[in-house]
Amino acid sequence: MVEKVLMCGNGAVGEGAIQAGCRHYFGYPITPQNELTAYMAERLGELGGVFIQSESELAAINMVFGASASGARAMTSSSSPGISLKQEGISYIAAAELPCVIVNIMRAGPGLGDITPSQADYFQAVKGGGHGDYRLITIGPASVQELYDWTAKAFYLADKYRNPVMILGDGFLGQMMEPLEVKKIEELKLPPKTWALTGAKDRSANIIRTLMLKVGELEEHNKKIQDKYKRIEKELIEYEAVLTDDAEIILVAYGTCARICKESVFLLRKEGIKAGLIRPITLWPYPSAVIRKISNNIKCILTVEMNAGQMVEDVKLAVMGRCPVHFYGRMGGGVPTSKEIVDEIKGLEIK
Amino acid sequence: MQRILTAGFGGQGIVSMGKMLAYAGMKEDKHVSALPSYGPEMRGGTANCSVIISEKEIASPFISHPDTLIAMNQASLDKFSELVLSDGLIIANSSLVKVNSDIRNKIKVVEISADHIAVEFGNLKVANMVALGVFVRETAEIKLDSLKTALEKIFPPRRHNLIPINIKALEKGFKR
Repeated sequence: MVEKVLMCGNGAVGEGAIQAGCRHYFGYPITPQNELTAYMAERLGELGGVFIQSESELAAINMVFGASASGARAMTSSSSPGISLKQEGISYIAAAELPCVIVNIMRAGPGLGDITPSQADYFQAVKGGGHGDYRLITIGPASVQELYDWTAKAFYLADKYRNPVMILGDGFLGQMMEPLEVKKIEELKLPPKTWALTGAKDRSANIIRTLMLKVGELEEHNKKIQDKYKRIEKELIEYEAVLTDDAEIILVAYGTCARICKESVFLLRKEGIKAGLIRPITLWPYPSAVIRKISNNIKCILTVEMNAGQMVEDVKLAVMGRCPVHFYGRMGGGVPTSKEIVDEIKGLEIK
Repeated sequence: MQRILTAGFGGQGIVSMGKMLAYAGMKEDKHVSALPSYGPEMRGGTANCSVIISEKEIASPFISHPDTLIAMNQASLDKFSELVLSDGLIIANSSLVKVNSDIRNKIKVVEISADHIAVEFGNLKVANMVALGVFVRETAEIKLDSLKTALEKIFPPRRHNLIPINIKALEKGFKR
């Protein structure tokens, strides 16, 4: 077994990237993800990689665009307002089918908001925050270990599908310290990046562009990337199920909220209430089929988020009226307690 | 399971205490989490860190009601004493904290003049270690040796010259 280290979530994301072979990081500081930027500065300095604190978020995401186009494993990170600034670049990268990892350690908004934790960027992440029809593979880890494991895996998924991947955390996950096993990352086989811009010596030139003016060309391109999204939806669904086998009430939550809900489930079980938890790990593609299946056999669902009700829409789309879907949320940096959630469940009219 | 809330001014080493406790628990193969407050209140106001040390997997890293509150200043005692479980413990830095009889009647309180002891050692900053020594004596949740080992990991190598005085402070709190 690998020796454990005590690390904060932001550091774990950084080490996961390093272990996955990321040697190109571009970012602009913002709380509560600064430990990640600092970590990359230190580690990439040691390793002779490329670390650039850019002049702005727009510059950072376009540096990722460039590094990825030339075949490098590249990453940027920010928190909510900074991620908003990056949306144009993210749309371009998705259109160009380039792999990269984007980390959003969410803070409370809207606007500049403050630095407290939040999950209010769910829509932006999973529905396409920039313009045009595109998808980000979106991962919602819930522990320091998962932040490490999934960041490392994100680089593989990005390369495999030639698609940007977003790690969607929040301020608490970024700041929280837990034991971390810095596991060796197994290099899985991937096709060579024959599309990369590496200099066209002895081969014909590669072109990466997102402007497609020829009649019908853009529609064909859209069809192609939508087919890819369908493939991802088939191949990549991850979730955790806690005490769902005999459950009558299911909590659905991700990230920090899922940790709190897990405790609520244990508290409810102590009182004889048959509660369970579904924790989506992939937020896009969403584990809709799992939720749809379970909704046939339960009394109701309660979705818990640190926002005004975003993921609950995907839960409702999955359930399609098979059982009632309730919502409990805290906004603007508020964090639900396990007892609040227990009380919310007890207050529901359950038939 | 032991839920500990360390609290005090920014600069009193409140988050370091949390890290030390979590690290020591981890060294003893327990499940641990440490969640620092990182909000705007940290500058000049109160800082706190929620630490859980548990034999079982930790579901939520949040603490609504701590088993132990380590209050390094008055504001933290005033803010958090009501949350402590009735069979819990308050460790108060009596150099800066006055504990009234209301609190004393409800919950076990151990007072230690951590700041004064630290100043006698020649470094006010080790007051937090005095308090941690008291925590180990009162709860036996972790071993003093695990905290000593943690110092080597918490301090960057260039600060390792400060380890002996921190150990002295830990031992003083533990023995007192």
